[in-house]
Amino acid sequence: MKILVTVKEVATVEDEFEIEGTAIADQYLGADLNEWDDYAIEEAVQLQEDGIADEVVTVTIGPEDCEQTIRQALAKGADRAVRIWDDSLEGVDLLDVNAKTEILSAVIEEEDPDLVLTGVQAGDDSFGATGVSVAEHLGYQWGAVVNHLEHDLDDGVASVRRELEGGVEELTDVELPAVLTIQTGINEPRYASLRGIRQAQRKPLDVQGLDDLGVDDSAVDSDLELTDMYEPESESDVTVWEGGAEETAAELGDLLRDKGVAP
Amino acid sequence: MSDVLAVADHRRGELRDVSYEIITAGRQLADETGGDLHLAVISGTVDDFAEKLNREGVDAIHTVSHGEEFNHDVYTQAITQLYDELAPQFVLTPNSVNGLDYAPAVAKALDLPVVTDTVGLETDGDTLVATREMYGGKVETTNELSGEAVATIRGAEWPAAEGTGDASVEAFDADIDEDAVGSTVTGFEEVGGGDVDISEADVLVSVGRGIEEEDNLPLIEELADALDATISSSRPIVDNGWLPKNRQVGQSGKVVTPDVYIAIGISGAVQHVAGMKGSDTIVAINTDPNAPIMDIADYAIHDDLFDVVPALTEEFQ
Ligand SMILES: Cc1cc2nc3c(=O)[nH]c(=O)nc-3n(C[C@H](O)[C@H](O)[C@H](O)COP(=O)(O)OP(=O)(O)OC[C@H]3O[C@@H](n4cnc5c(N)ncnc54)[C@H](O)[C@@H]3O)c2cc1C
Repeated sequence: MKILVTVKEVATVEDEFEIEGTAIADQYLGADLNEWDDYAIEEAVQLQEDGIADEVVTVTIGPEDCEQTIRQALAKGADRAVRIWDDSLEGVDLLDVNAKTEILSAVIEEEDPDLVLTGVQAGDDSFGATGVSVAEHLGYQWGAVVNHLEHDLDDGVASVRRELEGGVEELTDVELPAVLTIQTGINEPRYASLRGIRQAQRKPLDVQGLDDLGVDDSAVDSDLELTDMYEPESESDVTVWEGGAEETAAELGDLLRDKGVAP
Repeated sequence: MSDVLAVADHRRGELRDVSYEIITAGRQLADETGGDLHLAVISGTVDDFAEKLNREGVDAIHTVSHGEEFNHDVYTQAITQLYDELAPQFVLTPNSVNGLDYAPAVAKALDLPVVTDTVGLETDGDTLVATREMYGGKVETTNELSGEAVATIRGAEWPAAEGTGDASVEAFDADIDEDAVGSTVTGFEEVGGGDVDISEADVLVSVGRGIEEEDNLPLIEELADALDATISSSRPIVDNGWLPKNRQVGQSGKVVTPDVYIAIGISGAVQHVAGMKGSDTIVAINTDPNAPIMDIADYAIHDDLFDVVPALTEEFQ
């Protein structure tokens, strides 16, 4: 069985930041492997260690800068990586769900995996929609917000748990091929070992453009235009206690006594 | 005139709150151009649900009686068929776990753009202007989509619709292709039980990722001991296995309403806030003065928890 994992490098923002136009100014941005994708990678690697998967391939849409993040996935045990980039993607503020769907679907069609694992959402733009959109586009089955996957995919069915609201889990059987969007907590993502990191340098990382995939440039014309970004207006009337830790702790102590909940 | 088709959410025989909120969101959006609000109720005891949902502002309720529980294939097929029949401009669904299991598929099947987790929606009849957050609530954005679109709405952002409505209720005879249904729900399970019920506590000392390491947890335990309070946490602490599931506050954990909720090193992501915003008094200890938790906190200390927490413990020892 072949597993494909979508991996995104997400932008992280410092505590203090400034907005320039419709984006956060570069100097306040960092980059990280998307938290949810880390769990998806781990799940795939565990399926391989359990002898269920023969190959784990990652796919990322992103510029050369994000190869470090991709190598992280390889260091954790993925076999090889595909990175998609194209001049037409340069400077696109926000790639919408349909654009991502077109690009990822082209790779998935080429790779033809039995199982696709994505994160539930990306920590930066938080659409939470790409996995299901890809599944519908390709005619794969799917399950969103999966926090348990039975490692027994024998008869072409994935038995999963979907994490619903309020501590309720739904037990669902999903026919393969399928896309599962993976929720945090499904496993314990490993840290890459030194050996893993060394090996990752030698694993194949194949870069493809939209032409190579047969995707038309127009596919990345976003249906959704980001027109404004601002810091949310705070409706709060929070009282901020100032001073050193002793002073602020004393204020909080007084509050608890006032409320009658201090021992 | 832009008509709106909104979809209700229910689970195990109960309508979920967002079903009433989506009526308000849909009504507001439809009103901007004098359009109609259609509401779809799919699976389960649809007639009973339709009666409950017949509140002020709904023009028509369409019931699709097929199966008991949510199934994304049934929903996707029913909604796309309703869309073809009613030709609305906008489809609204809840941004619930189930909403995210079908809304993107509906959009793809209808070849429409999709925007998720919206907190504000406006239209002039041509363009949908959707407000949504990015970067865990640090910024808000506006996004424009022209023509028809699918949008999911965040729960508890719009007030629930009230009153009694006079919507027409019609059974919609959806043609569900069973062969295309590729997933089967085999059951449900409640998780997060056990000896501690954080929803019973008067004071919660709640710890988040700011604690950094499991080895630092005793700091929080000592504080809880000194205050005679109960420990709860945000999700990452439970995901890491540092605390059991029954300590998790939030959308997928417990809803708590203590007298005092002390959020320590918790940013205040929407899924966390969903579980604690009803607390009487909220205190946040966080180094980031812009953390979203500050929007709902009554009191805040913008300082390092590793300094403040021991000082507070000392106060009560
Ligand atoms: C479908 C779904 C369901 C979810 N359900 C839940 C749920 O039920 N409950 C839940 O909590 N989350 C849930 N989440 C996850 C949620 O989106 C956030 O990822 C999570 O709440 C973040 O936890 P946190 O605030 O502890 O961590 P972070 O967001 O990483 O915040 C850590 C905070 O600690 C502060 N900090 C760091 N160091 C210090 C220090 N030394 N002193 C003081 N402050 C410090 C930082 O400024 C930051 O604000 C869900 C997500 C999804 C997609």
